[in-house]
Order: sequence, then structure tokens, then C-alpha cells
Amino acid sequence: MIVPLSHVLAAAALLFAIGGVMAAARRSILLILIGVEFMLAAAGLAFAGAGLAWNNLDGQAAVIIIMGLASAEAGLGLALLVHGRRGGGTDRADSYHRLGEES
Amino acid sequence: MTPLGALFYLFAALGLGAAVLTATRRNPVHAVCCAVAVFLSVGAMLAVLGAPLPGVLTVVVYAGAIMVLFLFVIMLLGLPAGDGALPPGRFLVPATLAAATLVALFALIGADPTAKTVLPAAMAGPAAVGTILFDKYWLAVEAVSILLFAALAAVMLLGRGKTGRKIAAAGGRAA
Repeated sequence: MIVPLSHVLAAAALLFAIGGVMAAARRSILLILIGVEFMLAAAGLAFAGAGLAWNNLDGQAAVIIIMGLASAEAGLGLALLVHGRRGGGTDRADSYHRLGEES
Repeated sequence: MTPLGALFYLFAALGLGAAVLTATRRNPVHAVCCAVAVFLSVGAMLAVLGAPLPGVLTVVVYAGAIMVLFLFVIMLLGLPAGDGALPPGRFLVPATLAAATLVALFALIGADPTAKTVLPAAMAGPAAVGTILFDKYWLAVEAVSILLFAALAAVMLLGRGKTGRKIAAAGGRAA
């Protein structure tokens, strides 16, 4: 007997909400990416809690798959940031609005 | 309250506090350090919930690899660093939306009868998780491997030096 499932889900929901607020409110691409990572980690936490409640291991398998997704997202996002910055851009999300324009 | 339950609440409080600090720090290095604390707490919570393999992998992959990558990029790019907390006004609209989402989520969680089940203290060994991952979910594992390969190819294309310079110049002005 540890905790009710509702408390695990509530903790995951709070972490998800904080990640969402961070992704929406911050202007630096780096911190937006961290916010998305928080949201993915919260989803993994909910999966692990639900897996324990239903007494099977599918939840833990889902956590590992989410982790692979998060690594791909972080790697590609940071590479895009480095690429834009190398050409003289900034890390502000607002300045990336002419991606498809010929110049 | 059992010791495991107390540990869960302790790590949940630590993780959520560090997450709030991450969201409000102006200096990106401070934000990343707080994010490391969040992921350590999430790893500990997973271990308390009977998932030691995902817990250890969270510490290794999230807190270790991904956050160090973020720190590398911050130091590589020399991003401008502020100090202290962000003005609370910037969080007004997102926080309102998040509060509405949370109210809806808590109502859903409260209405669900299965959410009231008290979780048993159990532990699944890494071998059992690995077996189910490569037996039942082999297709998802292959999909993730293709995704990681695609991300790797894209990163190599973006990070290429001389030949990619023309594209970089165009993309740079676009940024």
C-alpha cells in the first residue's frame, strides 16, 4: 500500500500543467523545449502509476518508449537552435517567423 | 502513511517545486539545473511506484544526457543570461489556461472510481520489462528506433559545416 492512484495522477497533472505553462510563457526556444520535456515526463509518470494500478507492465514499457521520443525531440530541437544561431539568429521563438521565405 | 508513500509525497513536492523554479528562472543555466532536480525527483517517484528500470533510465537519459546536452548548447551559444525571476504578468494567460485544464483534470480524476484504488507496493525487475517491451511492443520499439535514426540524420544534416554553410546563411537570415 503506497498512495492512491488519484494522487499519482494529480502529481502528473500538476507537472504537465507546469510544463505547459512553461512552453507557452517562455520566449527562449531552449526553455520551451524543457517545458515539453516536463510534459512528456509527466505522461510517463501517469503511465507508471496506471501500470501499477492495473498490475501489468505495459505502463513501464510505455515509459521507455516515451523516453526515446523525448530524446529525439530534444536532439532535433537543439540542433535546429544551434543551426539558426550559427547563422546569426537568436534563441527567441518570436524571431523564427520567416522559415519558408526566399532571401 | 507507509514509508514508501511518504517518499512519494516528498519527491512529488521536491519535483513540483523545482518545476516551478525552472519555469520562472531568467538565467537558462539556473533553469536547467532546476530541471535536473525535477528529473531526479521523477526518477525517484518512478522507482517508488515499482518501476526501477524506467526510474534509472530517467536519471541516466533525462537528467544525465538530455540536460547535459542543454547545458552544452547554452554554453556553446553564449545565450544572454538574465537574473532572478520572470515578471509574473507574463504567466497570466498561460496560467489561467493551465488552471482551467487542471480543474477539468482533477474533476475527471475525482470522478473515476479506479483512481481511488490504493496502489500496492510492488516491483518489476528489468528482465520482465525488457521481455514485454521486445515481445509485445516490438513494433513500437522499431518505430522509436526509426524515429531516433531520422532525428540523427536530420541533426547531421543541420550540423554539417562547409557544405551546409549556404543553407545556414539563408536560414540564419530567416531566423
